[in-house]
Amino acid sequence: MLSIKDLHVSIDGKPILKGINLEVKAGEVHAIMGPNGSGKSTLSQLLAGRSGYTVDSGSVTYKDQDLLELAPEERSWEGVFLAFQYPVEIPGVNNTYLLRAGLNAIRKHRGEAEINAVDFLKLVREKAKLVELDESFLSRSVNQGFSGGEKKRNEIFQMAVLEPALAILDETDSGLDIDALRIVAEGINKLRNEDRAFILITHYQRLLDYIEPDFVHVLADGQIQRSGDKSLALELEREGYSWLDSDTGSETDAA
Amino acid sequence: MSSTSEDVQEFVDKQYKHGFITDIETDTIGAGLSEDVIRVISKKKGEPEFMLEWRLKAYRRWLTMSEPTWAQVRFDPIDYQDIIYYSAPKSPGEGPKSLDDVDPKLLETYTKLGIPLLEQQMLAGIAVDAVFDSVSVVTTFKEKLAEAGVVFCPLSEAVHSHPELVKKYLGSVVPTGDNFFSTLNSAVFSDGSFVYIPKGVRCPMELSTYFRINEAKTGQFERTLIIAEEGSHVSYLEGCTAPMRDENQLHAAVVELVILDNAKIKYSTVQNWYPGDENGKGGIYNFVTKRALCAGINSKISWTQVETGSAITWKYPSCVLRGENSVGEFYSVALTNNYQQADTGTKMIHLGKNTRSTIISKGISAGHGENSYRGLVRIAKTAEGARNYTQCDSLLIGDTCAAHTFPYMEVGNPSAQVEHEATTSKISEDQLFYCQQRGITEEDAVSMIVNGFCKSVFKELPMEFAVEAGKLLSVSLEGAVG
Repeated sequence: MLSIKDLHVSIDGKPILKGINLEVKAGEVHAIMGPNGSGKSTLSQLLAGRSGYTVDSGSVTYKDQDLLELAPEERSWEGVFLAFQYPVEIPGVNNTYLLRAGLNAIRKHRGEAEINAVDFLKLVREKAKLVELDESFLSRSVNQGFSGGEKKRNEIFQMAVLEPALAILDETDSGLDIDALRIVAEGINKLRNEDRAFILITHYQRLLDYIEPDFVHVLADGQIQRSGDKSLALELEREGYSWLDSDTGSETDAA
Repeated sequence: MSSTSEDVQEFVDKQYKHGFITDIETDTIGAGLSEDVIRVISKKKGEPEFMLEWRLKAYRRWLTMSEPTWAQVRFDPIDYQDIIYYSAPKSPGEGPKSLDDVDPKLLETYTKLGIPLLEQQMLAGIAVDAVFDSVSVVTTFKEKLAEAGVVFCPLSEAVHSHPELVKKYLGSVVPTGDNFFSTLNSAVFSDGSFVYIPKGVRCPMELSTYFRINEAKTGQFERTLIIAEEGSHVSYLEGCTAPMRDENQLHAAVVELVILDNAKIKYSTVQNWYPGDENGKGGIYNFVTKRALCAGINSKISWTQVETGSAITWKYPSCVLRGENSVGEFYSVALTNNYQQADTGTKMIHLGKNTRSTIISKGISAGHGENSYRGLVRIAKTAEGARNYTQCDSLLIGDTCAAHTFPYMEVGNPSAQVEHEATTSKISEDQLFYCQQRGITEEDAVSMIVNGFCKSVFKELPMEFAVEAGKLLSVSLEGAVG
């Protein structure tokens, strides 16, 4: 589904990603872990189409298309979803209004008819239950006055409604208390299926206690330093990222 | 990023939709202004002597005045001798008596503008006075309104049919000599709407006036007078458009509202005059004086305006709150894109006890637009217990536009409460990206965010206008991003 090959990305001339390789197939859950400043968020934002990044070399292929050629909304229509680390507030814009406009744009792209108001309401009510989001949130302005945990749950709720093919979750676990973490993780687990792939960007192992990944990658200094199965995450939990310092140091020298 | 030729076509089509010209034979006088021109206008309208005197008095006063320069707008000097002060579509006899007499070309024009004048085709419950250049061409549902005792007709007709009301109230709220543009209007005004709601009557339908400038080089100087007698209610809407022309055209209107005990007027405007092209060429100068006098106790005026058109807007719908417990409200959305300039706001003059006013102003600037809010809240010594709340928000799109806020407050009574809140924000890249990530195109995202910003004003508009206003904002913002 997604194939990233030797991807080099810089911001204002400063290299951030220095040769990323990653293959994601439908049905897989990939966890990308790593210390602060390793390039995790750059990767997720780049995949979703945020401007301000320069791709110096490499390629990103998604469903046999050059993903980097698509506008952000076109990526969304093709099924790429980003759960934001810091969901933005949009005063005066109704939460479900935005979601319905998005869903209809996606449906239109697929050649489907717009969803009518009654069916849509039914759909959002059902999906709101998935993340135990109170219905009052449906009629509020986008993220306005939401607590940190509510914003994250709202992201997962939106994902549930839009039913993406590739969901990228950028530190969705950060800032969540243990109950909220459980709710969010369960919401994600319910959305797992063989057609859908997940990329979980996370700092900590604890999310992976709830969501079992197929692959764990360690991103540091703009490169994937190690890949493995879920045991790698546990190893990181025990030993931290300090072992990376010496490794990356030598690799940089070698490069 | 991915505009196909179809997108481009759609974009082009979405530009100013009302820019066409109606080819119609007109009765037009030469450009220029003098006492003789005023006599001609008055004669053409067959006015009684008192009106001519009134006009000439205003004209002589105007000669002594000079254009105001305090507004945050810039424009080349206007040559008042180069303006045509009267232009009317030619009609047999004294003007149309019924729809059957109206030139089909005119009916077609209004249909094209989305204002069908044939009563069976109209939105139920809205009566329309259609003003074309200098004259009112038709007023619909007159008979139905008359059953309720409501008078809704061109002002030029009211001068004959209700001279005592016109004499009593014309100039009672905006006196001749009030300001440069209103004084000019008093001298040369050609038509406009007259509304009289008798005591205790709740007007059975929405009233609206649709203004259209067609003829080149013509100024439109209409005058609206609405009188709401004790305990009456009326909701009035106005809309305006003009063809696309390279030269600037002047629109200097006056609106006067008189509201007696326990009466209520709701006055809504969607102003979409031609704004000029993307380089700032052409467009209407919209220099308008609007004022309501809450003369009676518990009277109420609510102004709602959506200003998206005009090259320059200079407009301050005001409320004089004289009656005890009277209420003034002003809800405004003003948008400037390309090289448009707007200096708009309100005046709340609190004279009576326990008078209350609310001001909600939303200014949106894009392109090289200049948007200023200018508002005065004056609490007179006599206004014991008066209260005002002002909220004034500006939204900037891009980094070449500007927003200014000029709030003036004069509080002469220590028991008054005056609150002012103001914010300035930009549509952030984060907001746009968030919407796009959810599948919404950048342009739709901008219009969604702008509509969200204006929500508290739009909800004051009558339903069908609110929808129109939202669409209008989106169209006016075309090309503002990307």
